[in-house]
Amino acid sequence: MSDPAEMMRRRRAVHGWLLLSPALILLATFAFAPSAMTVWTSLFSRGTRRRPSEFVGLETYQRLFDDPAFWTVAWNNLLYAAVTIPVSMALALTMALWANARMPARGFLRTAYFTPTMLPMIAAANLWLFFYTPGFGVLDQLVTGLGFASVNWLGQPETALWAICAVTIWKEAGFFMIFYLAALQTIPPDLEEAASIEGASRLAYTRRVVLPLLAPTTLFIAVNATINSVKLIDHLFILTKGGPSDASKLMLYYIWENAFAFFDAPAAAAATVLVLAALGGLAAFQFRVADRRIHY
Amino acid sequence: MSVADYVSLSGVTRRWDGRGGVEDVSLRVPAGTFTSILGPSGCGKSTLLRLISGLERPQAGTVRIAGRDVTHEPASARGLAMVFQSYALFPHLSVRENILFGLRVRRSAAAEREARYAEAVAMLGLEGLGGRRPAALSGGQRQRVALARAVVSGHRLCLMDEPLSNLDAKLRQSVRRDIRALQRRLGLTVIYVTHDQTEAMSLSDQVVLMRAGRVEQAGSPVALYERPATAFAAEFVGDPPMAMIDGAALGEPGVTVGVRPEHLAAAPAGAGDLAGRIVGVEYLGSRTLLAIGHPAARGLVVSLPGRVAHAPGETLGLVAPPEHRLRFDARSGRALGGAGPDGGGRTGPGSAPDLARRPGPSP
Repeated sequence: MSDPAEMMRRRRAVHGWLLLSPALILLATFAFAPSAMTVWTSLFSRGTRRRPSEFVGLETYQRLFDDPAFWTVAWNNLLYAAVTIPVSMALALTMALWANARMPARGFLRTAYFTPTMLPMIAAANLWLFFYTPGFGVLDQLVTGLGFASVNWLGQPETALWAICAVTIWKEAGFFMIFYLAALQTIPPDLEEAASIEGASRLAYTRRVVLPLLAPTTLFIAVNATINSVKLIDHLFILTKGGPSDASKLMLYYIWENAFAFFDAPAAAAATVLVLAALGGLAAFQFRVADRRIHY
Repeated sequence: MSVADYVSLSGVTRRWDGRGGVEDVSLRVPAGTFTSILGPSGCGKSTLLRLISGLERPQAGTVRIAGRDVTHEPASARGLAMVFQSYALFPHLSVRENILFGLRVRRSAAAEREARYAEAVAMLGLEGLGGRRPAALSGGQRQRVALARAVVSGHRLCLMDEPLSNLDAKLRQSVRRDIRALQRRLGLTVIYVTHDQTEAMSLSDQVVLMRAGRVEQAGSPVALYERPATAFAAEFVGDPPMAMIDGAALGEPGVTVGVRPEHLAAAPAGAGDLAGRIVGVEYLGSRTLLAIGHPAARGLVVSLPGRVAHAPGETLGLVAPPEHRLRFDARSGRALGGAGPDGGGRTGPGSAPDLARRPGPSP
């Protein structure tokens, strides 16, 4: 105990743990423990008064895989992600490049782009409900005004999911734009001047200098967009409730239904575990690919 | 305008809300020469360079490069290279890609690109650094990459905006020599912005001294040093600067008399033209600078060879030899004809008779 080097080492260890503890406690309480409990729950059967829950191993997962609704929902969510992520990111980048240009009313433009983000998702959904409503909705009035037949955007399986996608893109693009805008403003104006002296057109400058320098931001946004494509379901409650016939149902809504409408906690837990695994794997992949190719 | 002028500006004005910038500047830069634009910060020298480069457009006047009126052409069409104060290297590209950026966007042939790259890299001693990112280079190396990017472009005109200001003092001297050697070797026309008069004097064929958006004096370093057109020019050029003495103290009322430190001689107290108290002693090895306090003089410094046995607080007599006195109008600051080496004329190789110059007030 009297060895000063040993004392020093201990003190350092204590300091290290003290510095680590706030994040560790928060994460453990609100992320790790619930995740572990979810895994645990998914391994037990649903308990009723007559039949208490018992360990069933992976049986719940098997039950999920046998459920055609699960596959419909998974496919929906995949489509939803495949559409909303690239479209909202491309829109965000375009708007950011535009809002970053030197021009009048730039402040107004930025605010206008950002407004959808400030709106709560529920409010946005109600707004869009008004757009989509057949008969007197804005969209329908436009369509019928041009002489086309009225379309019930949210009420038919062919269009419901796309209508949901549109709301998400509208909501997310402005949010992502802010990140791109912030990143654009860290690029020194010297670089554009140097590029123009070297004879690069605006397009060449954008492609060879701006986009590579935005790559870290793009990665960050891509990870966020991926997570949001699973997380963001508030509008489903207002617009379609997953219908018609599961055509617009997304995974988290399905989980919520299982847990709180059908009171099937193990099924909800099992689906949650699958989503977590998929998201974790995807994030790891994104960062790994990015680390090799992105210059910070 | 003579054919030999590679760059010429006439009556160029660019101001912001009527302030700053440059006003009515005319300038001629002969081909293959090194011209410095010198001045205190905020005098408009960087604006002038940006006007030449095309990064800024003038509100009035014309810019001609290689005999062509380029006033309304963008930077990319002017056929020039530029070295920025920050170097403006692309952080995500390797040294090689940085140097070749311009050739790539202009889609020059691969073989030519390789040849020019190899030449530029050899010229600037960047061998073996091609794969590195700018962040992994020292300041001096970044500077050389920026120079290589200018060299590889093959343009005859190179603009430099305080390219040495981010280097330490020792490196600055060696890079300064490199830049001059490079300019000579390639026969480049260089326009070089700096606030450091030592740089401007040691590098240039022509120095353009600016003040408050206007050209104060343009001429060879010798002309600026020996025949300053105004008191401002006299005080700005030279290290330590010229002492300015109220003429009345020397028996020449109505004028301000300027004397270079090396021309002032010490005399025993009581003798000489002036007597002042030593307020500072700076020993520089080969010479010692004595700062003298005198109520009628500003910046009175005597440069004496070697080490001297004077201490602050002593009174020292000073001799200002009449043949080394430059006389300036006490009110306007303009040089007056008289005992200067040739009467304050401005006859440097690049000076032009139509040069715009303001009769600045006495500082």
